[in-house]
Amino acid sequence: MNFSIYSLITAIFVGGISGYLGSLMVTKKMSLVGDAMGHIALPGMGLALLFGHNVSLGAFAFLLLGVWVIWYLEPKTNLPTETLVGIIFVFSLAIGFFVTPDLELLEALFGDILKISTFDFWMAVSTSSIIFFGIRKIYPKLMLGFLSEDLAISNGINIKKYNFLYLLAIASIVALGVKVVGSLLVGALAIIPAAAARKISKNISQYTLFAGVIGALSCAIGTIVSNTYSLSAGPTVILVSISFFTVTLLLKNDVKTKISV
Amino acid sequence: MKKENILEAKNITVSFGGEKVINNISFDLKDKENLVVVGPNGAGKSVLLKTLLGTTPYEGQINWKKDIKIGYVPQRFVQEKDLPLTVEDFFKFKKISINQIHESLCSVGLHDLSILKKKMGVISSGQLQRILIAWGLINNPDILLFDEPTTGIDIEGEETIYNLIAKLEKEKNLTMILITHDLNIVYKFADSVLCLNKKMICYGPAQSTINEKSLNELYGGDIKLHKHTHEF
Repeated sequence: MNFSIYSLITAIFVGGISGYLGSLMVTKKMSLVGDAMGHIALPGMGLALLFGHNVSLGAFAFLLLGVWVIWYLEPKTNLPTETLVGIIFVFSLAIGFFVTPDLELLEALFGDILKISTFDFWMAVSTSSIIFFGIRKIYPKLMLGFLSEDLAISNGINIKKYNFLYLLAIASIVALGVKVVGSLLVGALAIIPAAAARKISKNISQYTLFAGVIGALSCAIGTIVSNTYSLSAGPTVILVSISFFTVTLLLKNDVKTKISV
Repeated sequence: MKKENILEAKNITVSFGGEKVINNISFDLKDKENLVVVGPNGAGKSVLLKTLLGTTPYEGQINWKKDIKIGYVPQRFVQEKDLPLTVEDFFKFKKISINQIHESLCSVGLHDLSILKKKMGVISSGQLQRILIAWGLINNPDILLFDEPTTGIDIEGEETIYNLIAKLEKEKNLTMILITHDLNIVYKFADSVLCLNKKMICYGPAQSTINEKSLNELYGGDIKLHKHTHEF
């Protein structure tokens, strides 16, 4: 299937929700968790491609499995979560490499938003919307918990419950995002727009708005450019979002120079 | 009239990786009374407060009065210059109206409301401390847990923060657990005092409990005791 309006809309929804969630991930200093999850998803994507199932669903199943394995092993091994995640994600990458059919390996690693089904489209639109409205409801609680767990608990917030919902949301956007930019780049889809937004925002509402808008715009522009010039969509999307990030850095430095003069 | 206990802590022990950072502490607290916890750095004071809050696993028993509302003033709060979290955003975590925010800021001596638009990462440590106190007191908690509010604040600032606590305590008739390394605070605020250095060195009414023997045991040096009796 060639480039269609469906690909574009899917990219905009996935990019927007990823940037929005990214604003939380950057605050929690969990910028690499999206990357790790992208790798963990690879065997699921590989199996889905091998047996002709939906890639995002395969990715999501393996993400749940990966999160469960980490949660299960953490108390048993007494290793820091980060170390365990590090081990599980390279393990998944190695397994994923072997189970993914050769012809589709590039698609799994770098995504192919130009090739999506109607089912992909509806799944992306509905899941992104559900996550957006769900997270928006609990955003202040999550943010406070990430800034100070003690303050959140003293405020009666059930940290464990909200962290679980947050991780579930990240797993979902990763499962959607692998379709757009692939397993290797999916982390960037959330982090770069949020990092750019953080540079130019004056308050939390601006931060979430800019993160979402930069995420959506990066995906939209990247999809159109890659289609126009026959480039691979995933890397193009990421380069567009890095351009946004660079612009915000320059804007910010400009302000600093003015003040020091 | 006998005052009601709002907190009973029995045989509290907290271990991190096999090491006991708090060993077998017991105390209780009555309504409208203040407990000051003193001890050197690393004595487990902040851990004790977090244990009471419920953020740290422990052995023993902590019984709060039913449905108690706890306010907490932490020792520090993330101060990152580019974190787009304004003072107003921070207050909105509490779901209160803008009028309540204004009142609350005034009660801690912050009358210039332009601070609401400033980022939490760029305000001074004294302002941050006042904001954390105001935040902890929103919705009138039954008890305020106060963690060493002097850390990182200059002497002048320190003095005014304690003035503020004294003022708020009188106005609101607070019940507090206050953690400090500063012994003078004991005489100003404490109904009872708990000296902590991993284990309980002393515990009892403020005036009779702190003496040179308990201090030597607590700080392990030649601490001389000068009771400050002047008022703020």
